[in-house]
Amino acid sequence: MASFEPVLLRNLGVENSRSVRVYESRGGYQAARKALKMTPDEVVEEVKKANLRGRGGAGFPAGVKWTFLPKDRTRTLLCVNADESEPPTFNNRVLMESDPHQLIEGTIIAAYATRAQIAYVYMRVEFHEQFHILQRAIDEAYAAGYLGEKIFGTDYCLECYVHRGAGAYVCGEETGLIESLEGKRGWPRIKPPFPAVEGLFRRPTVVNNVETLCCVPHIIERGANWFTSIGPPHSTGPKLFCISGPVNRPGCYESPMTITVRELIEREDMGGGMLKGKRVKAVLPGGASMGVLTAAELDMKMDFEDPRKYGLLGLGTAAAVVVDESVDLRGVLRNLTRFYGTESCGQCTQCREGTAWMYKIATRIAMDAGRLEDLDIILETSRNMGMMPGLSICGLPDGATYPIETLIKKFRGELEAAIRAQPPDRAERVLKVLN
Amino acid sequence: MSWKTIDRNQQVVDPKAPPVLTEAVREKIRSFFPRYETKRAVLLPALHIVQDASGHVSWQAMVEIAGVLEIAPSDVIDTISFYTHFWTEHKGKRVITVCRSISCEVMGGAAVLEELKTRLGIEEHQTTPDGKYSLVTEECLAGCDHAPCLLINEKLHKRVKPADVAKLLADPENDRIPVPRSDLFDAPKDHGAAEAGVGTTSDVQEMREA
Ligand SMILES: Cc1cc2nc3c(=O)[nH]c(=O)nc-3n(C[C@H](O)[C@H](O)[C@H](O)COP(=O)(O)O)c2cc1C
Ligand code: SF4
Ligand code: FES
Repeated sequence: MASFEPVLLRNLGVENSRSVRVYESRGGYQAARKALKMTPDEVVEEVKKANLRGRGGAGFPAGVKWTFLPKDRTRTLLCVNADESEPPTFNNRVLMESDPHQLIEGTIIAAYATRAQIAYVYMRVEFHEQFHILQRAIDEAYAAGYLGEKIFGTDYCLECYVHRGAGAYVCGEETGLIESLEGKRGWPRIKPPFPAVEGLFRRPTVVNNVETLCCVPHIIERGANWFTSIGPPHSTGPKLFCISGPVNRPGCYESPMTITVRELIEREDMGGGMLKGKRVKAVLPGGASMGVLTAAELDMKMDFEDPRKYGLLGLGTAAAVVVDESVDLRGVLRNLTRFYGTESCGQCTQCREGTAWMYKIATRIAMDAGRLEDLDIILETSRNMGMMPGLSICGLPDGATYPIETLIKKFRGELEAAIRAQPPDRAERVLKVLN
Repeated sequence: MSWKTIDRNQQVVDPKAPPVLTEAVREKIRSFFPRYETKRAVLLPALHIVQDASGHVSWQAMVEIAGVLEIAPSDVIDTISFYTHFWTEHKGKRVITVCRSISCEVMGGAAVLEELKTRLGIEEHQTTPDGKYSLVTEECLAGCDHAPCLLINEKLHKRVKPADVAKLLADPENDRIPVPRSDLFDAPKDHGAAEAGVGTTSDVQEMREA
């Protein structure tokens, strides 16, 4: 394969890449000018043709989502999902830090295509530096006439506001995000109605991830055919991959969706191999919620389809974390179950109780007080709480199920051995403390 | 994320107490009104503004925010009790938020947390007796490439080793972010606004006029 020119990260490392002047000097805002000369439907059609699948986790084609908006709508709102709370994901952060104008340009085009009058960027509050960086870029864009009234001298008007969250994973779920924007608890809504029909302030609303929107200017500028020429037909376009854990070069790297997990870890221009003396035990390749791979499964392709063959939920956020041989998997189990246990919003009984039970049991196991049947109890719990059996409002419990199930199924021998090796007197003492 | 219940006979706010929100804070909250279709949607920005100005959001502040937004005080309490970032009680001047999620754990975050506890002499969710630091843990801060990491107020500290903790705590600048601030949200009070030499959005204003 010919070497790949970065698209989304092309301005990374360029001096002053955050300023509008540098962005424009490198071809920025040309796509937005071009889009605003097209009709909104032509823009939607181009994005649809490019088969741009959402980068926020679900992989739903963005262009198709935009066509779900009612034809006779008078007011449309766009929400940019910059909540990025899925561990261990940070690609949106890198995009906003290094090239905020790319996001603004993508937002302008998507808003124009969907005929939105206001775009809200819902950003997690822990992004402090990133907030000030993006807000400054927005101020610059207003000053230059790229946001606000009569953008680029056309009749199109768009306001763009950053809305800061307040520390809740579930506000990344699109309807939780909408509720939070309305000043309420971030409780996901029952669907239907989907946001495209009835979303923020009960208006037709589109929610898209930061990376999804950053792809849009490039599609408009270079055409859908160029976009589909990158990667396999079901996973088109450039994609950001995060890698963290004990590797030499943890970071965010761009590639077509043709790489394998092994390449992401090993390649010199990506993870750069494991830290000295460390060996891979397990990898969570798509963010915490997609599931676990063993060291023997590293040839999985990082695209939208291949992960399913390995029992995973999907590509997710394409953020991989490596767990090395020195790590006790019982600790990983506890860490993951704690995340979902604390982040469940508590509306649905099965999710609230199920995630909490799994955490409780995993804590017991991690503290040397596990029982062999505990693993089956966790599996049974996990089968009885998600959207897949139709028991919950949002996908959080499904995301909780996959890593736990795959971890237990793929590493059962090791977990059982650890439970068998528990000192019995310690187990008794721990149980007294816990119960 | 839990419910907070209070006895309805318990008086939580003294109706005769002087207001805690200054006119400047109220004005700042009102400046967000044009952005949204409802006033309730200004609640999160309002809570941020109040917490930045006073270090926490007291019961009385909640009632006053409800007044500014023309919503019921119970709506404010309902929302605030959902989010981990808002505090209804005093915290230290600087809040240390340690990431406890998977990458940071694999990279040794627990040892950093232990070192912090020892140095500060407090446990998680406690504040030092001199009121300088509070210590909390949070899920992934989206800084996993820099694991293990932590926030001191607004500033992200990357690849922290237990041996770095003492120096980090002693650094008076450990909460300053290195980018120009927008004036939409202020730094938590007690720490001054933008530093000299670092611009604010007002220089974009100058740019616009130029
Ligand atoms: C529990 C949960 C958390 C989510 N968190 C995020 C998030 O932090 N960022 C994000 O972009 N999407 C997140 N999503 C996915 C969104 O619901 C939605 O699918 C996405 O923002 C759509 O954008 P896209 O089509 O551009 O990917 C989350 C979903 C669930 C169920
Ligand atoms: S599934 Fe869980 S996180 Fe989602 S709405 Fe129900 S309780 Fe909340
Ligand atoms: S796991 Fe610690 S910042 Fe992501």
